[in-house]
Amino acid sequence: MPKTKTLLLLATILLLGMAGARAADEGNPLGKDPKAAKAGEYEFRINCALCHGLGAHGGGRGPDLTRAQKKHAHSDAELFQVISNGIPGTVMPANGTNGQGVGMTDEEIWQIITYIRSVEVKASATPVGNAAHGKELFYGDANCSLCHMVEGKGGRIGPDLSSVGGSRTRDAIIDSVRNPSRRLAWGLTESTKEFPQEYETVTVVTAEGKEIKGVALNEDNFSVQIIDSSEQVYLLDKDKLRSFKKSRESLMPIYAPDLLSDKDLNDIVAYLISVGAK
Amino acid sequence: MRARILFSLLIFCSVSALFPPAHAQVTSERLLNSAKEPQNWLTYSGDYSGRRFTALDQINSKNVSSLAAKWVYQTGATGKLETTPLVVDGILYATAQDNRAFALDARTGRPIWMYQRAVPADIRPCCGHVNRGLAILGDKVFLGTLDAHVIALDSKTGNVIWDIVAADYRTGYSFTVAPLAVKNLVVLGVSGGEYGVRGFIDAYDANTGDRKWRFYTVPGPGEPGHETWEGDSWKVGGAPAWNTGTYDAVTNQIFWPTGNPAPSNRGAGRAGDNLYSNSLLALDADTGKMNWYFQFTKHDEHDWDATEIPMMIDAGNRHLIAQANRNGFFYVLDRTSGKLVSANAYGKITWSDSKDAEGRPVAKKEASPTLEGHTVCPGALGTTNFMAPTYDPQTSLFYVTARDQCDIFSTAPQPYEAGHAFYGSAYFPSDEAEPYRGFLKAIDPATGEIKWKFEHTSPTWSGALSTAGGLVFTGDAEGNFIALDAASGKPLWHFQMGGAVYAAPMAFAVDGKEYVAIAAGSAVYAFALP
Repeated sequence: MPKTKTLLLLATILLLGMAGARAADEGNPLGKDPKAAKAGEYEFRINCALCHGLGAHGGGRGPDLTRAQKKHAHSDAELFQVISNGIPGTVMPANGTNGQGVGMTDEEIWQIITYIRSVEVKASATPVGNAAHGKELFYGDANCSLCHMVEGKGGRIGPDLSSVGGSRTRDAIIDSVRNPSRRLAWGLTESTKEFPQEYETVTVVTAEGKEIKGVALNEDNFSVQIIDSSEQVYLLDKDKLRSFKKSRESLMPIYAPDLLSDKDLNDIVAYLISVGAK
Repeated sequence: MRARILFSLLIFCSVSALFPPAHAQVTSERLLNSAKEPQNWLTYSGDYSGRRFTALDQINSKNVSSLAAKWVYQTGATGKLETTPLVVDGILYATAQDNRAFALDARTGRPIWMYQRAVPADIRPCCGHVNRGLAILGDKVFLGTLDAHVIALDSKTGNVIWDIVAADYRTGYSFTVAPLAVKNLVVLGVSGGEYGVRGFIDAYDANTGDRKWRFYTVPGPGEPGHETWEGDSWKVGGAPAWNTGTYDAVTNQIFWPTGNPAPSNRGAGRAGDNLYSNSLLALDADTGKMNWYFQFTKHDEHDWDATEIPMMIDAGNRHLIAQANRNGFFYVLDRTSGKLVSANAYGKITWSDSKDAEGRPVAKKEASPTLEGHTVCPGALGTTNFMAPTYDPQTSLFYVTARDQCDIFSTAPQPYEAGHAFYGSAYFPSDEAEPYRGFLKAIDPATGEIKWKFEHTSPTWSGALSTAGGLVFTGDAEGNFIALDAASGKPLWHFQMGGAVYAAPMAFAVDGKEYVAIAAGSAVYAFALP
C-alpha cells in the first residue's frame, strides 16, 4: 500500500513536471491579453526602447521587433530565454544587466512578449524586389562589395552585411544607403564599455607626412587602430601624429536615386533580406 | 609545564614588540585628523571634506612619466567595479560586486581576508550589483549590502562582528554606498529610488549595530515638507541617499545628498516640490535632526539625483559647500546657512533658461517628458553622476567628470507594485543626435568658470583624484588610467588596464613609498614609481 502511494505520488510529480515544461514550450501564459500588451508596452519603453526604439521598430542598434521573422527567437519560450539571458556575441544584454532598466520579473517579460506579438507585422507574401538581381548589383555595378562583406565575400572597410537583412527594417537599410552619415553603424563592442565603436571616418597625417584616411576599428585617448580603403590596418599613437581628424561623415558615398534607382535598391535590399533570413 | 607556556608567551610577546603590528585602532580622532597621516586613506573621499586630495607628492608632474603598475588584484566579480579602497597602516580594504569585501597587503596586493555575503536570487538593484566601498572605525570595517544589511567585519579577519537588517530588500531597498564613520556612528543612506522606496539616512552604533537615528528623506504626515507631496505619493516617494556625504566637525553637521523622487520620470500624481528629494541635507551628527536643506531640482522628472559628493571648500572666511549636480549646474552654497551662493552651468543643458529670486535654476515647463517623447539635456544619466570629483587646494580648482548627452524622455505610466521597477517613464539617447561627449572639467568654484577640459574618446564613469604632486588622476571608458597636469589638463602619463573604469582613484603610502590605486574591469590596480 505505501509503495503504491509512493508510485502514485511520483507519477503525479512527473505529470505535473511535464505539464510545467509543456506550458513553457507552449508559450506565453498571458496569451494575447490586451491589458498585458499595454503593460508590456510600458515595460518595453523602459527596458528595451533604448536599442529597439519606441514602438519596437528598431532604434538603429537593436533589430526591428515588429518583424514576424526573428533571427534569434521564434517561439515565445525562445523569446523569454533571449530576454532573460541575452544573446552572447551581440550587444543584447541579459535581463537587468544593461544598466538602464532595473530588470524585469518573469511576468513583466511575458507582458513584453505579449506586446511584441501585438505589434508584429507579417511579411508581405510577394517579394518586394528581385534578390538575384540584387546580388548581381551588390557584387557588380553598385560596388557594394568593394567595402562590405556578405557571407565571407567582399570588402572589409564597411560593416559585414550578412545579418543586416535579418535584423533591420527595409526602411532602415534603405535610409543607410541613401543617407550613410545619418546613423553610423556600430563596430567593435567591448564588454565593459558603455558605447561601442562607430564607423567614424578618420584622417591622420603621420610624423613622416603620410596621410591615411580610413575607418577607426577602435580608438582610445592615446591610440587608434585604422583600416583604410586598401584594407591596410594601421596601429598608431596619437601623440606621434602630425594631425588627427575624425568625422561623422561616412566614407560610404551617398547613393542618391540618380546613382542607384529605387528599383535597384529594392533588389539589393531583397538580396540582403534573403541572406539575413537564413 | 605552566612555566614553559609562560616562557613561550613571553618570547612571543617580545618578538611582537620587535615587529610592531601593522594594525592600529582607527579612532574617530584619527578620522578627524586624517590630514596628519596622508599615507592612509581613511574614508571614501579621503577626508571628511570630500575633496579626494592627497598631500603625498612623491609621484609628481616631473616624474609621473615613469609611473608603473606594481600589482593587480583580481576580484572575480563581473559588472561595474565602483569601489574606492581604504588604506590603513599598510592594509587595503575594498569591496566588489555581489556583497564582496576584502583586505589586501597594500604593498603586494596579496589578500589577507575575503568576505562575501550571499546575494538573494530575487534581488534586482537598478544599476548593477555594485558597491562603492567601506568605512573603518576602531577594529571594524562597515559594509552596506545589496540586500539592505549593514555589516561590521573584523578588520583583521573579515569575521562578522554584527549584522543588522536595515530594510526589506524585497520592496526595493538596497545599499551600494560607502558608509561614513563619524564619532562612534556608522552613517549610510539607502538606494532604491527606482522602486518607490521611502528613502532614509541611518546612523548605527559602531560597536553594537544599534540604530541611533534614522532620517526619512520623505517627510511623513505632520512633518514639515509633507505638504509637498500629492495625496499618498509620499509613501513611495523615493529620495534615496546612495552616495557618501561629508562631515563638518566644527558645526557637528553631516551633509548628505538625496536622489530622485519616485516615479523618477513622471511627475503626475506627485504634484509639489517633493521634499527632500534631490536635496542637500544638513543633519546634526548626534541626533539626525535636520538643520537646513537645499533642493537642487524641484519636482524632478528626469532622474537627476542630487547624490553627487557635497564638497566642503573654504574661501577666505566663507565656509562653502560645492556640488557639481547631475542636472548640469555647479552649485556653491554657504554651508552654515544652506543659502545659495552661485549656480553655473558646467555642461550642455536645455531644461532651464531662468533663475528664481534666490538664483536657483528654474525648469522650463516644456522640459517635462511627453508620451511621444522629446529631447532634454542633460539626459537621465546627467552631466555627472556618482563619479567622485576632487578639489585641489593648490590650484583651487574643482575637477569633475562630465558628459554632454541628451536623452529622449517619454512617459510610460506604471502602477506602483512593491519591489517592482517604478520609473513612470522611459529615456534613451537619440541615435541621430550628435555623439555623446565626455570630459574631465576643471572648474573654478569662485566663478563657475571652466578653466580647462580634457575630452575623452567617449564618456567615462571614472572619478578623479588630485595630488600635491600637481597631478589629477582619472580613468576612461576605454580602460586607461591617466595622469593629467592639474594646472593645464595636459596628459602626462597613462596605462591601459584592459577594462572600463567605474571607480575613483585614491592614494596611499607604505614604507615611505607612494602608491596610486584604482579599480578597473574586475581588478584593483596599484601604481608606484620604479
